[in-house]
Formats: sequence, structure tokens, C-alpha cells
Amino acid sequence: MYDFVSGPLAWLSFIIFFVGIIYRIIWYVRGLDWQMDRVAYRPHRKYGIKGAARSIFYWLLPFGTRSWRYYPSFTIMVFVFHFGLLFSPLFLPAHNIMLEQAVGFGLPTISESAADVLTILVILAAVFIIMRRIALPEVRILTKPYDFLVLAIAVAPFITGFLAYHQVGNYRVMLTAHILCGEIMLVAIPFTKLSHFVLFFMSRAQLGMDYGIKRGGMKNAKGMTW
Amino acid sequence: MPEGILCNKKTVDEKSQLDALLADKSGKQYYEEMNHLEVDSDALWAAIQKTCKSRIRTWLEICAHCGMCADSCFYYLANHKDPKQVPSYKIQSTLGELIRRKGKVDNAFMQMCMDTAYSKCSCCTRCGLYCPFGIDMGIMFGYLRGLLFSQGFVPWEMKIGTGMHRIFRAQMDITTEDWVETCEWMAEEYEEDWPGLTIPIDVQDADIIYTVNAREPKHYPEDLAEAAILFHVAGENWTVPSEGWEETSLAMFAGDWAACKMQVESVYAAMDRLKPKRMVVTECGHAYRATVIEGPYWAGLPSGQTPIESIHYVEWVAEALRTGKLKIDPAKKIKEPVTYQDSCNYIRNGGLADVAREIMGYIAEDFREMTPCREHNFCCGGGGGLNGIGRYRPERNIGLKVKRDQILATGAKLVVAPCHNCWDAIRDLEEVYKVGIRWSFLKPLLLNMIIVPDHLKPTEE
Repeated sequence: MYDFVSGPLAWLSFIIFFVGIIYRIIWYVRGLDWQMDRVAYRPHRKYGIKGAARSIFYWLLPFGTRSWRYYPSFTIMVFVFHFGLLFSPLFLPAHNIMLEQAVGFGLPTISESAADVLTILVILAAVFIIMRRIALPEVRILTKPYDFLVLAIAVAPFITGFLAYHQVGNYRVMLTAHILCGEIMLVAIPFTKLSHFVLFFMSRAQLGMDYGIKRGGMKNAKGMTW
Repeated sequence: MPEGILCNKKTVDEKSQLDALLADKSGKQYYEEMNHLEVDSDALWAAIQKTCKSRIRTWLEICAHCGMCADSCFYYLANHKDPKQVPSYKIQSTLGELIRRKGKVDNAFMQMCMDTAYSKCSCCTRCGLYCPFGIDMGIMFGYLRGLLFSQGFVPWEMKIGTGMHRIFRAQMDITTEDWVETCEWMAEEYEEDWPGLTIPIDVQDADIIYTVNAREPKHYPEDLAEAAILFHVAGENWTVPSEGWEETSLAMFAGDWAACKMQVESVYAAMDRLKPKRMVVTECGHAYRATVIEGPYWAGLPSGQTPIESIHYVEWVAEALRTGKLKIDPAKKIKEPVTYQDSCNYIRNGGLADVAREIMGYIAEDFREMTPCREHNFCCGGGGGLNGIGRYRPERNIGLKVKRDQILATGAKLVVAPCHNCWDAIRDLEEVYKVGIRWSFLKPLLLNMIIVPDHLKPTEE
């Protein structure tokens, strides 16, 4: 089981993940329509690139926008969650050993204890996000079971990884579960809301171009104040 | 397929249709017929498949349901934070649901969509500034309005408005003769006080072609005279077109994209015919949005720009003050606290926030910003056609509370509102809430403040 999950299934998941997100990007860009979106993307590429870059940059910056500043505690949770979600698996020593074995190179690594802290932060942030979903009426009304499922898919690899690393329960079983959860997440990214992994950048870029080209970008040199 | 006599999927292209609609007081019969209007699900789904592309589909799909858009919406705030007013909820439960059901929806659902699109959203697009994914629900409601229009689910006044544009190329029944006569009348009326004052019609190769909002010739012709006087004092070489003078677009509010195209093309045709250097649009927000910002796309101009450079009235005023074409008498500057209503259509969606501040720097001694302001300002409460729909008047009046409180917080009793819809909404909020404020376009204020060169003054005999 372990060999299958960490071998062929892992390869398959990575292939689905990469092909899937590339497909989503191409589908998004091809679906942009200057007349339907009412944005002249091509003739004003320079304004578009500037608008897109600003739109992405300020929103990637914690407290970089008025909206992020308006909800400070949620903003901290969102950034902690996403930072942990992206960086701990990417730079985890154990993952990079496997990566090196598989493809011959690895990424720089963080210490095991740093990864541990990040993992705990991801889990705590997820708990906060769930509580917020239930507590706030304006979020509760939007919430669907699907939202919890997507969050569970994203956090499951962290919970199982944490338990496996700390050898809670049967290590072999837990490790297999961890890998499986990771694979489920990878495969889920192109097919669920988790596609915002790439579509965040696409959508932000589009609205940035919209404001940069059409909605004032050419008259206001400073650009939209996000 | 049951269709009403007044409420149906047909567009209003004949005067007789328009008259029948107008004769139906408050749209009583119209809305009664709407209750029996059948939804053509196949056509609806076909339209969605053809026009709903990756941008909107992605917006609807990736919405994280985080609720960060909630407080950005003035309707949410004005309605005691009613969760049903959260922008994401409003669009997901209408357009989102419509797409999930592949257009297989009933009459009640379509009416619910219409009620939501016209009484819970002014398409101010502020929510798009607060969504981390850049999901612009105002844009989506505009799109939804187009789908609703195609199925005949559109408020009575909006249906009339589109008919006006289709028949008169104006939002009101003003013929070319009416317009030309109004121009001549105003020029005559003010000529005594302003020797040499004219409203030049159809002059070729002018520096400026001036275009207006139909309400001006119809209800406030003095506005036209004021514009003429200010151009006269500034020494501008300007003209108005006899046809293609109307900038507004109720068709845009109604989602009648074909009528939007007809309307803006009448203006662009005037540009082609008269070959002016640039166009100045009157003090109206949605008119500028329709003809200058969105219009080129409806007309299929790949550059996304009007055939000649087009500027909003505030840009012309700022330029005239900057270059000294208009000079303000320092003694006549506004002394009392004064605030400025940032119009969503040319500030948030047109990038003219700095231009407005520049003007206030010239004319006001105690200028007070609203909070929030500039691109982040709240809608006046009357945008997106909301001022003009009787059916949703109570909802609109509740929405006005946010602007009321914003204005009161500045301590100013005077609001400069260079936008017809903002101007109306602020007038109405005073009427409803009686808070003791005044409001004004720029033109009358400027007329009281400018230094008039001696040679333009009437000779005393």
C-alpha cells in the first residue's frame, strides 16, 4: 500500500495537478474576451501589465490593501494559513529528500521544528476560519458544506503529517494516510475552489487590467488604490 | 408562449409601444403581466453559454465565501447588516443559481433576480475593491440585468427608458427640433447679460463638442445656459451637435446592450460628422461611464476608446482653472465647510479623484473629505438606475442613509455633486431625512465665483 501510494499514485497526482492547473490557466486566458469583458487587453498592454502587477502585489502584501486593513485579525489568519500551507510542505526536509530521490534535486529546507510550528499554525488558523464561518452571520449565510470539505482537504495533510511525524498511532498507517491526503489535495486543486491557487492570480490580474486600462488607469497615473 | 401586451421580451422600437407603456400609470398593468410572463429557458441558457466566459464563471466558482465583501456594501450597512444583503450572497443566489440550474428557472425566480438586481445593488462596484480575488459583483449584476432584460424582466421605468433611447436616441422624448430650440432659447434668454453669448450648433472642427444629459434640456435648461456662459468666459471654441448630444444610457441600467450601442453610436457619429478636437461631457457620472468608458466596447471599437479624446466636465473645469481660462475671485470662494460627492462612475470607475480635489482646491476654503472617499467612496444610493424606479423607492430610501451619515459626519452643509444621479439622491435624502443640507452642481457655483473680464460684461447705457 505504502509503496503504491508513495510511488505510482504520487506520480499520477502530480501529473493531474500540473496538467490541471495549466489547463485552468489556459482556459481562463482563452476565455477572456475584450468585447464581452469590455477591456481592451491587447492595444493597451503596458497599462494592463502595470494594473495587473499592482493588483496582485498589494493583495499579496499583508495589510497591503484597505480590505486587508479593515479586517486585521482575519487578515493575519489568512496570511498565516496560506504561508504555512505553501511553505511548510515545499521546504520540509523529508519532502525534499523524497524529491531528490525521485528527480535528482531538492529545494532548500527549513528545520523540522520550524515546519512543526508552521503546521500547528495552519491547523490553528483553520480552526479559527471554521469558527468564524459559524459565528459571523454574514459568513454563515454564504457557507455551504462544500466550504468545509475544501478546508478539510487542505488541512488533512497537515493533521496527518503532524501525527505521523510525532508517531501518534501506527506510523506506517498514518504516513500512508498523510501521503494519500496530500495527493487528494493535489488532485483537488484543479477541480475545486482550491483552483484559486492559480486563479487568484488570474482573477486579480484581470481586475487589475480592467482598472489599469479602462476604469481610470489611463487618467490616474497613480493607479487604483487597492 | 404567454407574453404580455406591455410586459414582454420584445424591445420598444415604436412610438405606439412607448405610448402604451407610458399610459400604464406606475406600470400597474405591466407588473401584473409580468406575473404571467414565461421564461424561455433555452434562450436564457443559450445566452449564458455564449456570453458568460471565464471571467464571470471564475468569479462565481472561486468565491471563498469569506464575507469580506459584506461591509463594503452600503445596502448591507443601511439594512442593519442583514446577511441577505452580503454582495456575495446576492449574486450567488441569483446569477450563480441561474447558471447552476442551466437557465431552468421559473417566473418567481426571475422576479426575485430582478428585485435583487435593482433594489439591492446599484452596480457601484465597491465590493470588487474589497474582495481578495477581485470578484466584482457590480459587474456581474450588470451582466445579470442584461439576461433579465432579454427575458422581459425589467422594471417598468427601465423598459420605457430603453424605448426612449431606441426611438429618440435620448432617455427622454426630446426630438432634434426640441433640442435645437432649447439651445437657441437659452442663448437668447441669457444674451442680454452676456453679450455675444451663443450656443453654437453643428460647428465643424471646434475645439470642443459638448454633450449633455437629456434632463438638462428637458427639466433644467439653465444648466445648458450655465455651461454656455462658462465656455464663453473661458473663450472656448465649442459646439453642440444637433444630433448625438445625449450622453446618458438608461439602456445600460436596463441591460439592453443593443440600445446601448445605438445610443453611443449616435454620439460617435456626431464626432465623425463635426470633427471636433475633443468632447466634454456634462456633470453626469453614468453618462460619462456609458459613452466614454463602456461605449467604445458596445460600438465594437477595438481600442476601447472614443473616436476622439473625451473628458468629463470636472476635467475641463480643472484644466480651465489650471490654465487660467477661468479665474476665481478669492473673495467669492466657498467659505463654509463643503464636501464633495465622489461619483462611482467617474471616480472609482474613471480615475478622476485627483481632478475633483484640484477643483475643490481652487473654489473652497474649508473642503472636507467624506470618510471613506475617492475610489472607496460609497454610492450616493441612487446609482444604477435606482433613483428612477418607483417599485423600489422604499429600498432606495433606506440605502440613502449611508450617504446621509457620511455627509453629516463631515460637518459640511453644502455638498458639491457633479453627477445627476448623486445630485438627485442627495436631494431626495434631504427630502426624506431632512438633515438640513444643500447640494449643487459645479456650474452654478463657478458662475458665482469667476472673475468676468470687462469686455464680456454688458455695456451700461
